[in-house]
Amino acid sequence: MIKATPKPLEEIINYVKDFNKILVAGCDGCVTVCEAGGMKEAKVLGSALRLYYTQAGKDHEVVETTITRQCDKEYLAELKDMVENADAVISIACGCGIQYLTEMYNDKIVFPGVDTHFMGINADRGIFEERCAGCGQCVLASTGGICPIARCSKRMLNGPCGGSEAGKCEISKDTPCGWHLIYERLEKLGQVDSFTKPVDPKNWRTSRDGGPRVIIREDLRKAEPQHGSAHS
Amino acid sequence: MRLQYPTHIHIIKVPCTGRVDLFHLLQAFEQGADGVFVAGCLEGDCHYMHGNLFARKRVERAKDILAATGVGRDRVEMYNLSAGQGTRWAEICREFDERIKNLGPSPIRLAHDKKAA
Ligand code: SF4
Ligand code: SF4
Repeated sequence: MIKATPKPLEEIINYVKDFNKILVAGCDGCVTVCEAGGMKEAKVLGSALRLYYTQAGKDHEVVETTITRQCDKEYLAELKDMVENADAVISIACGCGIQYLTEMYNDKIVFPGVDTHFMGINADRGIFEERCAGCGQCVLASTGGICPIARCSKRMLNGPCGGSEAGKCEISKDTPCGWHLIYERLEKLGQVDSFTKPVDPKNWRTSRDGGPRVIIREDLRKAEPQHGSAHS
Repeated sequence: MRLQYPTHIHIIKVPCTGRVDLFHLLQAFEQGADGVFVAGCLEGDCHYMHGNLFARKRVERAKDILAATGVGRDRVEMYNLSAGQGTRWAEICREFDERIKNLGPSPIRLAHDKKAA
């Protein structure tokens, strides 16, 4: 899921210090799991803002809520009254949710309350690790199930590079070398063959290099009425 | 054992300090508390393993939030003591009471009072 962390409170206060009616909008999706933007975090932020405004002697009205997902307009629609009633909204969903909320309520000022980092896993309580970079053309089948794009610092498709030492990446001794992991896994599977064969250049147009991406799944789209059908 | 401790300390009992969430601490301040301390079992003695350790981390975060919001980080504290340490309990109460008296009333309570006046 998407991993985010709360923005420093000082930064958020700085965004909203001149507004009075604030809506803190959380999301019950990914950001609840990584404890950055769920109901608990919304309540903490709401409470912190009330403390700030009160001690500063400023009139205020801070409301907290969450919706199922901020990346769906059906759920965003539930916020209508609350957004209308606010001078500014702080969204603590991921960057996707923040933007979609902004799109839906275009005449309202929306601030980000979290920093969104990556797609990753929950390695342990409080430890989140990146696993997939959304390249649009998954190569896990030939890399032992370990992603060379998300887990090699240089995103090399034919690794490792000369900076790999004792299983660690040259960027830090705490970062496992993705290609070392790939090699070990392929060895375990008896597939070192696929490691020795260089792979062709990847089509990066399916990744960010091709610009903003859109997926259109015709099979999922609402059926358009057919002209000249039996009903006409 | 009859020990004296300041009577204006309001005690909220919880099964384990692990139950104390960050927003509980903040809400106490919103309601005008001048100071809040969390009294957990001795570290390593939590019946639920890590409850008091989580509580300490939350108190640390509450300190940062209280600092950022202008309420003051010293108004919240974590203490550890066992149920058998009655003397220590009275001592902590007096110590914390002293600290808060020195800090004076919380700016939140002052703002509430001003509004009510
Ligand atoms: S808005 Fe972001 S955090 Fe919320 S469910 Fe959608 S992707 Fe996950
Ligand atoms: S190869 Fe692409 S899709 Fe597959 S895990 Fe890596 S970044 Fe994600």
